[in-house]
Amino acid sequence: MRKFVDLHLIVPIKNLAEFESFIRKASTLGYKMVGVPLPANIEKEKIEQLKSIAKNFNLDLVTRLNLKPESTGNLLKNLRRYRRKFEVISVRCLSKAVARQAAKDRRVDLLDFVENPRKRFFDKAEAELASNSLAALEVEAKQILISPFPRRIHLISRIRTEIKIALKYDIPVVFSSGADNLIYMRTPRDLAAFFSTLLDLSKEDALNFLSNVPKSLVERNRGKLSESFVAPGIRIVKRGSDC
Amino acid sequence: MKRLRRRYLAVKIDCKDEIDGKKVVDTVLSSTLKLFGQYGASKTGLTQIDYDEKKGVVILRCFHTALDMVRAAVCAVTEIDGKPVALHVIDVSGSIKTLKKRLSGRKLV
Repeated sequence: MRKFVDLHLIVPIKNLAEFESFIRKASTLGYKMVGVPLPANIEKEKIEQLKSIAKNFNLDLVTRLNLKPESTGNLLKNLRRYRRKFEVISVRCLSKAVARQAAKDRRVDLLDFVENPRKRFFDKAEAELASNSLAALEVEAKQILISPFPRRIHLISRIRTEIKIALKYDIPVVFSSGADNLIYMRTPRDLAAFFSTLLDLSKEDALNFLSNVPKSLVERNRGKLSESFVAPGIRIVKRGSDC
Repeated sequence: MKRLRRRYLAVKIDCKDEIDGKKVVDTVLSSTLKLFGQYGASKTGLTQIDYDEKKGVVILRCFHTALDMVRAAVCAVTEIDGKPVALHVIDVSGSIKTLKKRLSGRKLV
């Protein structure tokens, strides 16, 4: 059975009651894993507390950091500082230079772009850089849902082109809700139908972008963050004097 | 002539305010129009079958070939009469009898 993942659920973490209502909703909608963006300076105890709340609802909480760097220098500085603290790092590319740097950096997991179709920098050059790293393209449902009439047309068209490019260059695509309000949360199968019909994708692909692709991304990162990880392909399987 | 196959969808209305259930089908239809145009909407065969006010569940019917279009249109609804709302397809079935049977024994969203 598929395990559905919503890698971008913008949940208020200060108010635990509200946090719980988001988590409960995600669980009843059929998700098994949710990615919650957290502040960079969050303490480990707080993360454990949030994870235990999510566990009560049979949800696996993924810690995520959303970076919005204004320059490439700023991006590199933040990646150096926070990469080992969070399971998923997403970069909202506000400029072409940042988009290019994020695409070629292996520490970036998700490439995220703004709603404005003119300021989405995912083109062939970006895809070629991203294909040599590990970054995936993230598409949020909320961006389409809240776009007003004429802009929505351009946005859907733009995202359709981006996905075609991404698939051509073997770049993983991740669909998420991007919901910051319960009103924007949808069941995974509704989201799959929404994306597959609007973006000319097969149902199977859309379902994979909501389940297997984000799940494998998180598992890969968790493996890297574990103590047994040494380098890609090398991990410690046993410690002690009898090795 | 080949018999038309249909699908029955149970749609849960998720809203803090009270919503007129009869307006759901109009909203979904206008959402279909916005997304797929008149030609697309004409292919869905969308009709409201039932509305359970207590549970806040509307049962819609469409052609099985247009199921994903209707699901996408349901997903795109964010307000009814200016009130923020989310619609969730909680179950789909090929017959109304099975759908009602399944709904009676499950926890709604």
